[in-house]
Amino acid sequence: MKPAPFSYERPRDLNAALAMLAANGSAKIIAGGQSLGPMLNLRLVQPELVVDISGLAALKRAESSRDELVLGALVTHADIEDGRTPDVTRGAMRGVAANIAYRAVRNRGTIGGSLSHADPAADWVSALAALGARLTLRSLAGARTLAVEAFVVGALESALHAGEIVEAIHVPARAVSAHWGYAKSCRKTGEFAHAIGAVLVDPAAATARVVIGAIDTAPIVVTDAAELFGGRVGADYKQRFDARIADLLIAKAGINDAVRRHIHVSVLKRAVHEAAA
Amino acid sequence: MRSERKFPSGGSGQGVGARLPRKEDDRLMRGRGQFVADIRVAGLQDVAFVRSPLAHARIRGIHVPERYRGSVFTAADLSGVSPIRAVSALPGFKISEQPVLASGKVRQVGELVAMCVAPTRAEAEDIAASVTLDLEELPAVYDMLKAREPGSALVHEHWGDNVFLETNYEVDIAAALDAPIKVTREISTARQCMSPLEGRGVVASFDRRLDQLTLHSAAQMPHITRSGLAECLGMEEGRIRVISPDVGGGFGHKGILLPEEVCLSWLTMNCGHPVRWIEDRREHLVASSNCREHHYRITAYADRDGTLRGIDCEATVDSGAYSSYPFSACLEAAQVASILPGPYRMPAYRCRTFSVATNKCPILPYRGVARTGVCFALELMLDLVAAEAGLEPGEVRLRNLVRPEQMPFDNITRKHFDSGDYPEAMRRALAAIDIDAIRARQGQGQTDGRRIGVGVSIYCEQAAHGTSVYAGWGIPMVPGHEQATARLTPDGGLELRVGVHSHGQGMETTLAQVAHEMLGMDVAKVRIILGDTAMTPYSTGTWGSRSMVMAGGAVAAACRELGERARRIGAKLLQHDPASVVLQNGEVRGVNGSVSLQAIAHTWYRRPQDLPADVDPGGLEVTQGYKPARDSGTFSYAAHAAVVAVDPDVGEVEILDYVIVEDGGVLVNPMVVDGQIYGGLAQGVGTALYEEMPFDTSGQPLATTLADYLLPGATEVPAARLDHMETPSPYTQFGVKGIGEGGAIAPPAAIANAVNDALRPLGVEMMQSPITPRRVVEAVLAARAAERNAA
Repeated sequence: MKPAPFSYERPRDLNAALAMLAANGSAKIIAGGQSLGPMLNLRLVQPELVVDISGLAALKRAESSRDELVLGALVTHADIEDGRTPDVTRGAMRGVAANIAYRAVRNRGTIGGSLSHADPAADWVSALAALGARLTLRSLAGARTLAVEAFVVGALESALHAGEIVEAIHVPARAVSAHWGYAKSCRKTGEFAHAIGAVLVDPAAATARVVIGAIDTAPIVVTDAAELFGGRVGADYKQRFDARIADLLIAKAGINDAVRRHIHVSVLKRAVHEAAA
Repeated sequence: MRSERKFPSGGSGQGVGARLPRKEDDRLMRGRGQFVADIRVAGLQDVAFVRSPLAHARIRGIHVPERYRGSVFTAADLSGVSPIRAVSALPGFKISEQPVLASGKVRQVGELVAMCVAPTRAEAEDIAASVTLDLEELPAVYDMLKAREPGSALVHEHWGDNVFLETNYEVDIAAALDAPIKVTREISTARQCMSPLEGRGVVASFDRRLDQLTLHSAAQMPHITRSGLAECLGMEEGRIRVISPDVGGGFGHKGILLPEEVCLSWLTMNCGHPVRWIEDRREHLVASSNCREHHYRITAYADRDGTLRGIDCEATVDSGAYSSYPFSACLEAAQVASILPGPYRMPAYRCRTFSVATNKCPILPYRGVARTGVCFALELMLDLVAAEAGLEPGEVRLRNLVRPEQMPFDNITRKHFDSGDYPEAMRRALAAIDIDAIRARQGQGQTDGRRIGVGVSIYCEQAAHGTSVYAGWGIPMVPGHEQATARLTPDGGLELRVGVHSHGQGMETTLAQVAHEMLGMDVAKVRIILGDTAMTPYSTGTWGSRSMVMAGGAVAAACRELGERARRIGAKLLQHDPASVVLQNGEVRGVNGSVSLQAIAHTWYRRPQDLPADVDPGGLEVTQGYKPARDSGTFSYAAHAAVVAVDPDVGEVEILDYVIVEDGGVLVNPMVVDGQIYGGLAQGVGTALYEEMPFDTSGQPLATTLADYLLPGATEVPAARLDHMETPSPYTQFGVKGIGEGGAIAPPAAIANAVNDALRPLGVEMMQSPITPRRVVEAVLAARAAERNAA
């Protein structure tokens, strides 16, 4: 399990990194290396060039304003878990970060790397979609922003163009009235989840965002989730949660296996209960 | 709770029964162990293998790029190398021949096809990636039950079927057929991979001066490895030295001769430089260490009061493509027939077994060997009998276990249980888990939607079984007397040489404790030498929970004789009649004084002029052999009890409490035993809930990384509460019994019984390991659907 030969560059600034990516179509970016490392060793990817962006200080910044938090792509899960970054989600992100894989992975793994890898079972893919986060993507041609749910398009498939990199994650502040629930089921501690449910419910504003994740493809993101609560989001949303609608949504996403659907619905229900607790 | 036996020297805190910290941990816990991958030899080159991507195919061609011709070797190059043949004389056994590099056909994914050598492993893998195989795919034999049917594709065509061996054992099954309780089920355990921290690894070199091949290999039976290598390479055994350095866990599969070991031995003798192969985790999962895959069709017969009337079973084991050396193919299934009755009395019994060849890698002995599957099948059936009889599962066991006053007891398959109080172990486990409190809690229901269940299991484990047991198998490895060499050094230290190996068992400590018990010598001055065919007496090695019984007995015998010789010299130095002096606390004592072993050693080596004229010319170096008074094996046993919480909608199982009551006879070092039990429990939890190597219909193994092959971690293993009983074996030195495997035997049954206890009110029954969330939810949904249909 040794990688095929590749060239390695460690650029000093973002523009240099973008130039390398533009010049080499098969280049792969390495940040924390928690996904790419094993894939290289298993020879599942055989890039000509690996661009190590871990030295780019500009991507390690974390800044918050009243309305949002901006996290550089190189912020690690442990940075968030340990509270080294500001928080506008009233603990929601910290809770998610603390349960990503194992501490060793969290020490090195980055939020931008996790999103770029676009593994449907990864926590940020679902959690940030529920929180309504947006991404800044940058290439030599300039920058654009995308909602997380538009960024992850399939299993290990993102909307990144050739030569483009995830630069920053913009997380909107969670309203004081908004309830957060996040549940996942893993075969064991630290393993990838086989079902994720994430809900951000604001009974005061009568809004709800609901995510059903770890479904083999991009998560199901329901930005206006009233239908899952009998047509309106109110204080009694826990009682009004409609498992049959959730089941239909999952079936519509192509999950034909009733057992898997049942597990997904049950995990989503856990998230709803956690939000209401 | 704990009883620690006091031997004469027990007061010193170092002898038999002392909870002595492990001597080897000073090295191992500081990262200073030396494993095969740590060995550096000048001129060493690395090997990577081209392995079969298909489970079953005819080899039409192997294409090596011109530039790599000198670095790639195939079966055609391996002149003079014989295939691996691991035979048995059991009637009807069919022999497999495993070429060390595939020729003609490949019979499993991962089978070695070509060997590539380069200065580094990465370069060797580059070369391997450049080799292309022209394979004609054949239908894969991937399901052991289908493989038994006529018309199945054949793994070995000339056999005419896929059955390595079929066995039948029957005692009056007709007498059970009218029993009022009759329960029949199909029960199965998944195929697993053993997954020690360290995989296999080989460094091979050739010493021209000694005309000797030196093979460093992570092996638990180095003398057997040497015999197997000699047979395959056509060499005298004296021209081969096998050194097994620190080994990071064996569990059975490191007792097996690897085709890689033969390949690298050939290679170093033909390329003129040392070569190395270190197994990576993907190779391990795909191509090395399969175990455990059993299937049972089993019927239990009982009276209304839960008394067992008989067991009738057809057991099938997926043996994989080949029988591994010294033996693997029907080790599991044929043992199933003899151990399925477990620790119970029953008047009738029948078991038919099939060892089936498939296009998977060979099934190898794994901690507990057949016992884990047997315990799972039998103990699940006992719970069903209890349900039918309307009794507590614990009560049904108490009614059927062999009773202490019946010991020693010859059971229905003529296993000779040496000693013990099985019902007491079960009673203690039930009390410790507080069965009444659990039942009360179940009556109240849980607030979180989960369901609580409690389960028990009990087994007895034959260990250190010897010549009389294995002679009938007719396999290359039959254990006889175990030998140990004890040598006093000129400065009064003690060197012990034993042919078993220690790869987690703590024998550098426990064997030193035995020596202390016999000679009174400080354990710090005792050095244990093992894992090297040039340095140690021949031994079949470490397997079958035999080392403490056998090597411990041999060390005691050698030390006893050494002590006797020292005592006679000491008497002379004290100018006493030998009959009037004793060896005590490391010195020879008479009425007028004493002389230390150190002084005695000094005299023998440095001042022989002071020795008596009639001194034993063998001096202070002794080799003695040992066998227990009866070699039919020691029988340790344990009762396990588990409490679980099951979420029926998500399928998660959490172990809330776990109790083990164990009797390993006299424990040389109870702390080491506790460690063995915890480690075994971790593996048992893996069998119960996590570990599974699935195959698709083309014979592809599907869990090829540790992301797919799940092992329990620290958070999944319960903090078990241990209780020791101590019934000495009447047949062994000190009354010790083998206990190395037991921890891994009972957990799957106890956990499954607890899950079934939790889910029984829902009409759900889990009869297959591992119990995964998917399997639980599937069964729950099926039960709900059945209930709806009935309504």
